[in-house]
Amino acid sequence: MDLDALAGCLSSSACLVTQTTSGLIIGMLLFLVAVGLTLIFGVLKVVNFSHGAFYMFGAYFAMTAYQLTGSFALAMLAGAAGTAILGLIFERVFMSRVYGADVLMQLLVCYAFVLIFDDVVRIIWGPEFKAMGMPAAFQVMPLFIAGGVVPPYYLLLIGVALVAAIVLGIGLSRSRIGKVIRAAAHNPGMVSALGINTGLIYGGVFALGGMLAGLAGALAAPVRSLTPGMGFSVLIESFIVTVIGGMGSILGALIGALLLGLIRSFGSLGFPLFTEGLMYLFMVIVLVSKPTGLFGKEAA
Amino acid sequence: MTELEAGRTQALAPVQSGAALRRYRDVLIALIAFAVLASLPLFTGSKALLDFVIRCSAYGLFATSLNLLVGYTGLTSFGHGMFFGLGAYSFGLIMQKLGVSIPVAFVATLAITAVVAGVIGAICVRLKEIYFAFVTLAFQMLIHSTILSWASFTGGDQGLRGGIPRPAFLGINLANHIHLYIASCALLILGLLAMRQIAQSPFGYTLRMIRDNAARASFLGIDVWRAKLTVFVLAALFASMGGMVMALFVSGAYPEFAYWTISGEAIFINMLGGVSTFLGPMVGTVLLLLLNDTVTRFTEYHGIVLGVVILFFALGLRKGLLDFVADWFAQRRDPGEGR
Repeated sequence: MDLDALAGCLSSSACLVTQTTSGLIIGMLLFLVAVGLTLIFGVLKVVNFSHGAFYMFGAYFAMTAYQLTGSFALAMLAGAAGTAILGLIFERVFMSRVYGADVLMQLLVCYAFVLIFDDVVRIIWGPEFKAMGMPAAFQVMPLFIAGGVVPPYYLLLIGVALVAAIVLGIGLSRSRIGKVIRAAAHNPGMVSALGINTGLIYGGVFALGGMLAGLAGALAAPVRSLTPGMGFSVLIESFIVTVIGGMGSILGALIGALLLGLIRSFGSLGFPLFTEGLMYLFMVIVLVSKPTGLFGKEAA
Repeated sequence: MTELEAGRTQALAPVQSGAALRRYRDVLIALIAFAVLASLPLFTGSKALLDFVIRCSAYGLFATSLNLLVGYTGLTSFGHGMFFGLGAYSFGLIMQKLGVSIPVAFVATLAITAVVAGVIGAICVRLKEIYFAFVTLAFQMLIHSTILSWASFTGGDQGLRGGIPRPAFLGINLANHIHLYIASCALLILGLLAMRQIAQSPFGYTLRMIRDNAARASFLGIDVWRAKLTVFVLAALFASMGGMVMALFVSGAYPEFAYWTISGEAIFINMLGGVSTFLGPMVGTVLLLLLNDTVTRFTEYHGIVLGVVILFFALGLRKGLLDFVADWFAQRRDPGEGR
């Protein structure tokens, strides 16, 4: 425990800015993964235990595309589009067979794919740590805000995630497709009876969730090291986010992810060895006081 | 005694004696199984085979205890491995630091497990199935990260090294391979017998009712929360026993014992063998360990092979092997009632 370091940081604006931005990027990446998880759960009623694998594939796709083309934009696109296609195939071929089966069966199918995907990555890209490297466009002087160092890439990352959150939020509540998706979450039989292809919606939502996780992986690729199995800790953390925020709530995912990101960045100062423990502790506190999460519906 | 009550006692009597008979039958089967396992070293000198049985004992206790939760109560715990790891670490640490005799450490470990499981269970068992699965998983990761970060006490990612002292007690010397083997078999058989008693007791049937319809059980005046918590703690005790057997076998404890994959494997074992029969997890244990041993010999990518086998069971058979066999027999017995 190092409470002096934490207190020292809280009293200095430079440190405060640095830690807050690093907390925000952790939170934003988590949000992108968690919102996909919560969306898939909300509509399909399954917990995609292999969601971390999409994050991992997004990062690897982005790295490969970046190495081939040298274009950062194409790398992001490859990460997002590749995982969207993967998600669609995965849902249509495998997950659609276990809807309505018990949780154990769904967990098992996903567990099988966690094992398979990790080995596939190991075969294609090798077991060692990889790095994508920071694109040249972002290798510029960091910004100084109130004495704190903020790399420009962090701003881009936060911006992209915020845009995704806003588009998703407005799209789901206002657009026709969003309304159909919410209707399908509420009563799939009725939606199907009205002549809408629910299989297509399910596949689409799964692809969207996979794409968001892939985008998070692609955005994280320049600032994180890539390794098979990198998705699992992200999965656990994004699950904590959805539990804290409430399953199925997008706003809850955003708030939960930001809280968790800040706990991580400030916790690493005050409790360097017990940062992960702090997150679990926080989750337990939330669950004990409000079992459905901060923004969960009572009947959940 | 009124006529009605008299009639009822008569109707109840055969059921009672039937239960007693079944209990004697279980004990008899257990004794025979133990005799067979214990006489194994007389026929074969193969250390690999005996090691295999010891590993089966550790995993079998662990997986069967998970079945108490998953199969009998409908609680899909995805963090049951934490008690396996907890048992291994507590036992190892008590033996290393305190130097007490093995039975004392054994009982102390069970006491520690009961307390930890009581606290975690009290938080978890009121959650709905998916929340329950993931919150138990989160607790597992909490214990795992505690083990990793508290390096001065637990040895961090290196695990508990330097061996666990195994002083002889009551003429049993667990440093001796044969003694260790017999003790593991005895623990396995005793543990299985105890779990069988729990499963067949009125409490066991209460658990089945909770699994099938918790609201109804609640209306009938059953304290669902307390029953779930009780079985959660009981299952944790047997998982901890499995962990202790493992710690004795490898003479140490490693963070992998508390990692989430252990829980994943236990669920897979249950799936592989089947959750609707008592011995399903035991069959699954033998299958998984055989599979693991053969696959790792042929390829370094055993994740893919295991994954495909899991998919075959989950999407193809849709039930465990023993469930499959049991259904097949039932179908043959009365073919008119095909399902």
